[in-house]
Amino acid sequence: MSGSFLLAGGRVIDPSTGTDDVRDVLVREGRIETVARGVTGPEGIPRIEARGLVVAPGLIDVHVHLREPGAEHKETIRTGARSAAAGGFTTIWAMPNTDPPLDDPAAVGFVREEARRWARKGEGGARVSPVAAASLGLAGEQMTEIGGLVEAGAVAVTDDGHPIHDPALMRRLLEYTQSFGIPVLQHAENMALSAGGVMNEGAVATALGLRGIPNASEATVVARDIYLAELTGGHVHVQHVSTRQAVELIRLARERGARVSGEASPHHMALTEEAVCGYRTEAKMNPPLRSEADRLAVRQGLIDGVLECVATDHAPHHYEEKEREFDDAPFGIVGLETALAVCIGELVTPGDLPLFDLIERMSTAPARLMGIEGGTLRPGSRADLILFDPDEEWTVDPANFRSKSRNTPFGGWEVTGRVKRTIVGGETRYDEGG
Amino acid sequence: MTAHGRELGLGKDLIGLESLTGVQIEAILDTAEPFKEISERKIKKVPVLRGQTIVNLFLEPSTRTRISFEFAQKRLSADTVNISSAGSSVQKGETLVDTARNLEAMRIHMVVVRHGSSGAAKFLADRIPSNVINAGDGQHEHPTQALLDLLTIRDRFGAIAGRRVCIVGDILHSRVARSNIWGLLKCGADVAVCGPRTLIPAGIEELGVQRVGSIEEAIEWCDVLYVLRLQLERMEGGYVPSLREYNRVFGVSSERLGRAGDEMIVLHPGPMNRGVEIDSDVADGPRSVILPQVTNGVAVRMAVLYLLAGGRPELAEDAKVAGS
Repeated sequence: MSGSFLLAGGRVIDPSTGTDDVRDVLVREGRIETVARGVTGPEGIPRIEARGLVVAPGLIDVHVHLREPGAEHKETIRTGARSAAAGGFTTIWAMPNTDPPLDDPAAVGFVREEARRWARKGEGGARVSPVAAASLGLAGEQMTEIGGLVEAGAVAVTDDGHPIHDPALMRRLLEYTQSFGIPVLQHAENMALSAGGVMNEGAVATALGLRGIPNASEATVVARDIYLAELTGGHVHVQHVSTRQAVELIRLARERGARVSGEASPHHMALTEEAVCGYRTEAKMNPPLRSEADRLAVRQGLIDGVLECVATDHAPHHYEEKEREFDDAPFGIVGLETALAVCIGELVTPGDLPLFDLIERMSTAPARLMGIEGGTLRPGSRADLILFDPDEEWTVDPANFRSKSRNTPFGGWEVTGRVKRTIVGGETRYDEGG
Repeated sequence: MTAHGRELGLGKDLIGLESLTGVQIEAILDTAEPFKEISERKIKKVPVLRGQTIVNLFLEPSTRTRISFEFAQKRLSADTVNISSAGSSVQKGETLVDTARNLEAMRIHMVVVRHGSSGAAKFLADRIPSNVINAGDGQHEHPTQALLDLLTIRDRFGAIAGRRVCIVGDILHSRVARSNIWGLLKCGADVAVCGPRTLIPAGIEELGVQRVGSIEEAIEWCDVLYVLRLQLERMEGGYVPSLREYNRVFGVSSERLGRAGDEMIVLHPGPMNRGVEIDSDVADGPRSVILPQVTNGVAVRMAVLYLLAGGRPELAEDAKVAGS
């Protein structure tokens, strides 16, 4: 029977039900039927041995760049979704800064359908949910037809990569999106303050002679957006929070009850601006890697739940685009296939965040925050789940990535925690052994 | 190794002074000493670099540095080719890595590179086996400029250690300032910077320099006043309101120099904006060592070329006669 099997003897971690114990998971026709001990299942049902592995809800990444349409040499919907599955993600949100951008229903529909088409052909990966442009052409001027975009499958709006500068437009977006119950995702950056900067402003940039992006470039926009969220009651989600000031602003705003949320990227929790030394373009991203104080604040923000979820900002670039002068190399790194292991090493291994909580930040929390399906193993829910070995040590070799691109600062890292199998709707989309 | 030989350990390239030690820097300056004399001869040519092929890859406009390198190379008998960005394959969209590979395919010995992006010299050096000399990369470093400045200071004071040097002006965009900061600190000088707060980069103190608020304080404090060129495009960037205002607040005038110590000297990397960062009577006055800087530039570059070609500091004098 397709989409039916028994996962036997795994350590089930399901933050949505508070479960962290050895259980069997019975999946039938793509849905979870039973999570209990001693399940034998119907006669003849395929049995997947999960002893020694963690069985958890599939990971959700609300910030991914798939590059299609327009830059298929970097990534396609197919390769990005498969890269996600290899990293343990069962749902990813595709950003709209493609060429053309996802600012009309046809483009949004294309992204959704393209992922489904490959899945039907047996080459699918994670579920792909398109995020639509907030403004036409990502130009920051005229609001897109958000109603039509949502009908076509959009789950949120953003001008990611092109921060929404006009406060009046941001206000209207935070008001208008309430009709559809979707958030506005903001890449919080004041481009005038960033002024062509290519890395964090500070002594490291000064020594390298590279133009700096000050913390205030992020913090001033976050502060403004918080006040606009409070004014309107809309939900603003701050993407890839990188500064201690932004973490603090979000903390205070949430205490006041504002509908503000934020995400932490693995690289902002694992690395600092020092990684840029030697003009390493694989450490060039926006927002940039910051100081140690910022890194610790972002990390603590995730631990405290001020930043509710982990998101990778997976940003593939072709090697020759990164193989150039630092000023001219594009911003961004891939992250889907290293996120879980980097977070385990950064947060769980030192004992600062239990594995249970990390799974929550990477699955249950983003589902709850964004109001989408997933992040749970409750009976009746879709069988989006993963099996991983939390203790397996491995070395990151970008040559083995499923992604089309290799631009990572984690190449050669010794990491812990390896995804063994990723199941989407009861269908295995990634099998390490297979 | 000879009895007095020093393993200088400069490596293949000269990218910046940040990675060098004070001993290495002083050794380069020592090596420059015997080369000074060549430029004073009637026939200014010695066979030190005979058979060496050098490419001067200037992808950003430069007159002084390029000419100084060319004289240094020609006086050492190297074969040189000049490439500038205008009309080159670079202007036609060739990437730096392809330019590097093509140069290498022509079996050259050295590349002297000037480039508008910080890190470009290292980028090139990491990808080709030839020696690479950084002739200025973006806002990062300009090591031979700092070496000629250090030599000029040493000529005047006998030693760099213990001298107080204040760099005045646009520190933010200046590779000359960065190379001088590293070189001066490693040679034991006290270093300060002075300029409009808009042109002082973040975290500069963490490099080991102090900040001086006013030009008057700077002049009173220092033995060496290093005046940087104010790029005229800084006005468009909104860093300073006007040239007149800059001159009023930070301009080095003979009136302001009235409070300087007797021995204090004034350096400038050129080209000068007379009447902006420096007044003519200072530039042409008794404290100015601006032209000796230019003369030293050729000697220092000869020394760097000689050392990277495998020469030893203590054998430089002999090499002038016999070749290296």
